[in-house]
Amino acid sequence: MREETFSLVKAAIEELNEELDYDTLRGVTEETPIYGGDDGIDSLSLVALVVGLEREVEKAFGKRILLADQKAVSMRHSPYRTAGSLTDLIAARLESDHA
Amino acid sequence: MPETMVITGTSRGIGRYLVEYYTEKGYRVTGCSRSEAESAPKGYVHYCLDVSDEPAVTDMIRDISKRYGAIAVLINNAGIASMNHSLLTPLSTVRDVFTTNVFGAFLFARETAKAMMKRNYGRIINFATVATPLKLEGEAAYAASKAAVESYTRILARELATFNITVNAVGPTPVPTDLIKNVPEEKIEALIDAQTIKRMGEFRDISNVIDFFISPASDFVTGQIVYLGGIS
Repeated sequence: MREETFSLVKAAIEELNEELDYDTLRGVTEETPIYGGDDGIDSLSLVALVVGLEREVEKAFGKRILLADQKAVSMRHSPYRTAGSLTDLIAARLESDHA
Repeated sequence: MPETMVITGTSRGIGRYLVEYYTEKGYRVTGCSRSEAESAPKGYVHYCLDVSDEPAVTDMIRDISKRYGAIAVLINNAGIASMNHSLLTPLSTVRDVFTTNVFGAFLFARETAKAMMKRNYGRIINFATVATPLKLEGEAAYAASKAAVESYTRILARELATFNITVNAVGPTPVPTDLIKNVPEEKIEALIDAQTIKRMGEFRDISNVIDFFISPASDFVTGQIVYLGGIS
């Protein structure tokens, strides 16, 4: 399931980057920086990415999840730090009964 | 006999400073936080509780009244901040922010005002924030909770005026505390740039406004929100 989830994240980032055209978002890997560092996207782009992913995850897995997180804007601990950490967050929410 | 003061949220930051400042000024300072008090000044009496725990707050104010008589001043300092885009904010965060900032301030004001009524005198100080008038993006939950505190301050002022209890609020700019330690530097710089006086706030700026509000001579000043840094 994680592989499938990562594919969703990758596709969402690629779609976002059609508009942003950031070098750092090309060839998405687990380490691709998304938010919080010097190479990250701005908060509005992050909102678009996260809200879009909530929709795509529901379509793919038939489960409605919330990706809101208290540590969202934390520089060091944001779950939106990289494509990999965002995938981990989605996987955890999909496994959680309280998603 | 020294006047008795209650300060909430005294474990660190502004609350801790206010404990030291008002103890030095001769007040009998009592206070609370969720953790035990560390290195508190001599004479300070600490209660370990959550400000939204109704029975605990009631017991604390009753105990203070029993031990020291009437309470002259309440400083509703306890507060938590949240910095996040609304669409990325969990409901649990909003609930926590409102529970501490609004419900906590409400509980302490209600219980302390009862103790102040006995003497027909009292000063209640709430904490607002410049994030409310500046409508800061990313601080919707925090600013909204403090907007509720502002409304509460203004209406409580009217409700308690007849008992000679004044209710006012101070709205600090950022000061170097734990509350803002996770806020990105550029956000703080942008905020300071929005102020009329462009510098970081200091603890003394806050105690200066509180000194004015709690002065016995300020008995004609109530329902006011004073923002620091020239923000209106």
